[in-house]
Amino acid sequence: MSVEMSPNKYAQVPDEHGRFGVYGGKFVAETLMSALSELEALYRSLKDDAAFQAEFDADLAHYVGRPSPLYEAARWSDMIGGGRIFLKREDLNHTGAHKVNNTIGQALLAKHMGKKRVIAETGAGQHGVASATVAARLGLECHVFMGEEDVKRQALNVYRMKLLGAEVIPVTSGSKTLKDAMNEALRDWVTYVDNTFYIIGTVAGPHPYPMLVRDFQSVIGREARAQSLAMTGKLPDALVACVGGGSNAIGLFHPFLADETVAMYGVEAGGKGVDTGEHAAPLSAGIPGVLHGNRTYLMQDENGQIMHTHSVSAGLDYPGVGPEHSWLKDIGRVNYVSATDTEALAAFHRVTRVEGIMPALETAHALAYAEKLAATMTPDQHIIINLSGRGDKDILTVASIDGIELGIE
Amino acid sequence: MSRLPEVLESLRESGRKAVIPYVVAGDPTEALTVPLLQALVASGADVLEVGVPFSDPMSEGPTIQKGHERALAGGTSLRSTLAIITEFRKHNQETPIVLMGYANPLERLGYAAIADMCANAGVDGLITVDLPPEEVEAMNRELQRVDIDNIFLISPTTSDARVATITAQASGFIYYVALKGVTGAGHLDTAAVESHLSLIREHTDLPIAVGFGIKDGDTAGTVAKCSDAVVVGSALVDCIADAAASGLDYENVIEVGAKLISEIRSGVNLATSQL
Ligand SMILES: Cc1ncc(COP(=O)(O)O)c(C=O)c1O
Repeated sequence: MSVEMSPNKYAQVPDEHGRFGVYGGKFVAETLMSALSELEALYRSLKDDAAFQAEFDADLAHYVGRPSPLYEAARWSDMIGGGRIFLKREDLNHTGAHKVNNTIGQALLAKHMGKKRVIAETGAGQHGVASATVAARLGLECHVFMGEEDVKRQALNVYRMKLLGAEVIPVTSGSKTLKDAMNEALRDWVTYVDNTFYIIGTVAGPHPYPMLVRDFQSVIGREARAQSLAMTGKLPDALVACVGGGSNAIGLFHPFLADETVAMYGVEAGGKGVDTGEHAAPLSAGIPGVLHGNRTYLMQDENGQIMHTHSVSAGLDYPGVGPEHSWLKDIGRVNYVSATDTEALAAFHRVTRVEGIMPALETAHALAYAEKLAATMTPDQHIIINLSGRGDKDILTVASIDGIELGIE
Repeated sequence: MSRLPEVLESLRESGRKAVIPYVVAGDPTEALTVPLLQALVASGADVLEVGVPFSDPMSEGPTIQKGHERALAGGTSLRSTLAIITEFRKHNQETPIVLMGYANPLERLGYAAIADMCANAGVDGLITVDLPPEEVEAMNRELQRVDIDNIFLISPTTSDARVATITAQASGFIYYVALKGVTGAGHLDTAAVESHLSLIREHTDLPIAVGFGIKDGDTAGTVAKCSDAVVVGSALVDCIADAAASGLDYENVIEVGAKLISEIRSGVNLATSQL
């Protein structure tokens, strides 16, 4: 088995039109087309620029704290019995999730473009916090759009963003969650396109975003690949990550795509169950369509209206998914599965108690599926789970589901 | 077969600038749309622009977003929008109708099916906000098969090179988005509009309609001086919504909308009578 990366079809996407097979593209209003071309041209010129990469790597090392550890969750593995489980500890990054890898990269692009104002959409608030953080560090004005529903369920992160100097704008249109926050961010961008950089938080949106967010997040998989080889002498047998828009998943998966022996599982939010219709699992139960600038699997009705989603985790509560995942699903390279609210909450509690690691509710979906998967594997096999974020932000949600009154608002 | 080229050509010959009102199909109710469109024509509209309700209208400001939400709450979709147009066509075969909407409902029903359905209903043109030139080719091929115009948007950020590619594919008319922003936003810089339109005219003889930011007879008149048509959206959606919310009956709600379009018509006529 070769452990060297070779040129492969996974490195050929997206094409020059921003397409991953039939997915992706640039489905935006004319007003934004020149801004997207400008961003794409800049990114293509910096991508292989040694000075830019060095700047990015230095920030990841000294500001984010990379590399993040690969940790063997031995007690949890033993309890399940089966394959060994390793956790890629993105929760230990500065600001507590994988999101910051991307905001560091996009902030550098904003700096190169001389933009003084950045905007972001956020669901769980992790991307909003990561954007507010880089904006504070670079002295940029920062506006974060957040659905009114999410403002309520992620109150701690809202206050964190404000402390960091960002303005949080509650979005009251539509379903008042991540999808509507993204609509509102796009509306803002169209209005202030001259001085504003839009920091998109996941591998969705119009080209070049799915490509550049993937590239910035791929540091997760590159590190994990080297760490796996160093710690076990081989590549993992399986990778597991939760999928909201899909940035932590693609970040882990991408550097392994050409390694045919590595199985991959993207875990969507099953909500109350994929067969109840109350979920956020477009790859499991959706139909391809166009939203937020790209063609991808979407939760939509027979008239092409986007459906309301449900998930206990705000960061997965999105009716679409990054276009590269739609392609990886169709070509059969990645398996897309789901975990329900209940399964995720159970995994949240179990990993917290058994490993002393409190995961984000988003991440808990990956943990829930990985438990089932590990049980089917043998002790000579191992799984890497992307532990995409820490759970502090979710404590109030978990307490209220468990019926516990904490005496704080 | 699109009515746009012939109607717009005869307007140009007679020196009349087109007034194009925009309403959302099914807003505030489905029953109101056909009589409203008829009243708008009677008040001086030359072309009708009908918004297809969508759950995520990304280029709309709050006013038109609410129009989409009201229409969706009443169950209006792309199919029922086409049923509305079919009904309108029973009494009016002359006035061109342009649908304005978003890509996903078209994707869901299929481009070929949509083109046929539009042709059968009597639609003349399609504006799909999130199908820029780079993405519209497949849809446009189907529209050309049934002789419907794809209306391209040009904005203040469109480079000269893009204007050239866009105008080379365009038919019907060019829709110039007069400001950076969403519908109903901001303040129109008419001098900038004028200078941009003259750049566009270096590439095309197609009529140019200007939309986004036209609120009343005055702004419409000023813009009409340098364009071929003015589109009035948010101001119309807003006054109809207010009238409906205040409890007026249907006839009076329609009357309020018709009155705004008469004012716009007069503003345009007054401003352009000396040209
Ligand atoms: C910790 C964590 N994991 C995962 C996600 C989901 O996003 P993505 O699928 O882009 O990784 C979020 C989003 O807010 C998050 O905060």
